[in-house]
Amino acid sequence: MKSKIRIEGVSKAFDAQVVLDRITLEIGEDTLTCLLGPSGCGKSTLLSMVAGFVQPSRGRVVVDGIEVTKPSADRGIVFQDYALFPWRTALENIEFGPMIRRLPRRERRDVAAHYLAMVGLEAHADKFPGQLSGGMKQRVAIARAIANRPSVLLMDEPFGALDAQTREQLQEEMLRIRQLERNTILFVTHSISEALFLADRIVVMATLPGAVKQVFEVPLAFPRDRMSPQFLGLERMIKALVREEVLKLGVN
Amino acid sequence: MTALSDASENAPPTDATAPIHAARRRERLTGFVLRSVSIICFFALWYAASFLNAHVWKLFNPVLLPPPQEVLAAAVELTKSGELPRDIAASLSRVVEGFLVAAMLGVAIGTIVGRSRRIEQLLEPPLELLRPIPPLAFLPVLVLWFGIGEMSKVIFIAYAAFFPIYTTTCEGIKYVDVLLIRAAQTLGASEREIFRHVVLPAATPSIITGLRVGFAQCLFVIVAAEFLAADSGLGYLINDARSFFLMSHMLLGAAVIGLIGFVFNSLLRRLEAYILRWRVDARGN
Repeated sequence: MKSKIRIEGVSKAFDAQVVLDRITLEIGEDTLTCLLGPSGCGKSTLLSMVAGFVQPSRGRVVVDGIEVTKPSADRGIVFQDYALFPWRTALENIEFGPMIRRLPRRERRDVAAHYLAMVGLEAHADKFPGQLSGGMKQRVAIARAIANRPSVLLMDEPFGALDAQTREQLQEEMLRIRQLERNTILFVTHSISEALFLADRIVVMATLPGAVKQVFEVPLAFPRDRMSPQFLGLERMIKALVREEVLKLGVN
Repeated sequence: MTALSDASENAPPTDATAPIHAARRRERLTGFVLRSVSIICFFALWYAASFLNAHVWKLFNPVLLPPPQEVLAAAVELTKSGELPRDIAASLSRVVEGFLVAAMLGVAIGTIVGRSRRIEQLLEPPLELLRPIPPLAFLPVLVLWFGIGEMSKVIFIAYAAFFPIYTTTCEGIKYVDVLLIRAAQTLGASEREIFRHVVLPAATPSIITGLRVGFAQCLFVIVAAEFLAADSGLGYLINDARSFFLMSHMLLGAAVIGLIGFVFNSLLRRLEAYILRWRVDARGN
């Protein structure tokens, strides 16, 4: 398996507080890896460093053999809060990347329409984000990120703000889109069932300071049944791991 | 938010909103009727006060409060003589020129200051020192510096309108959602592209608010400027009428300024609604 993202001994401290301590990870091409852990474990900070928004205090992040120093179009991102441009319609949001790449007007329309259809929103092309539901907004945001054909796709708790039903629907959608697009995806979540449903590999994070606790491949074939005994067994096992870390945080 | 099924997630939301639209139409009609009644009552009260004073109570000299129709007659008379159109044109051209200068400087400087903390540190102190001073305090000085011609008045109006435009532009540019900037960065946008495609559109609502407040400020100060040094304009009309105790002319001048303010504000609001249709739509209007 070709390695796509290499996180090499990355530490991050804000002032005196060490948020992440010597993280080393390798993420293979065309895999979906979940960073799983309770809030405060630094998983989002790690993702921000892969995106290039934040620089590591020590160590480095390498994507496609090049050290990450700033954000770039190679690394697309989907945020929990959508971050759609409110003054652009759904279609125009997806067109943003192709516009920056200076595709001719017709071509970028076609690209945007293609990806809008992929997320099932062709009927809402001319709506502004303010007119869309949370689930629809996140579909547009996903389409916008993949329409730019990034080398890796970073997702920062993308379904965290959605209600349970919409969330499951979008998780299924994610798997379908993955079949079509073959992306390398780094996915941050605190939901164990979400990680188990989507990921090839799960990185369970430790807290105080943030570190890699355990990495394992999910031994289940797609599509996965959330109710199957194996799924539930794995869920229970990971829950125990995560609980240890939550207790460390001293809540309750 | 409630759970969304597949159907409701993808169905156009307009079907269910039809009764809401009907209710909103009724609401709008009621609003229109109430507003009309209010205007009619205003003029009726004015008329009654003027009439009763002149013929029944005789509390004060009736010249002090002419009835509305006398103001209307003054409007007709001054329009025929060409005085009123000339004064309106004079005031409007000063306001528009001053406003345009203020808009250009306010948006430009506001943008630069909003973009760079260093420049902000450099420019902010004197601007903050000047801002609380009522522009009128500088009017006599400006007249001495730039004479009683058009120049002093245009500069004065520009100065008065500059601050609201500058301040709101600066705030709008400064507080652009960092997530939107990050999103644009990961879509490959350069600094310049981010400014053009993210920062400017995100700051547009603030800029437009500043322009509207700035314009109101222009109308606010033009009268004073024309009191002091002018031989035309609505302020001149009022001041001149004062010397001759022409009450109806004075009220006419004030009414015309109010009308101009109302018309321009409606136009600017309409323009704003068009430019910011994404925001209006979000409110469901």
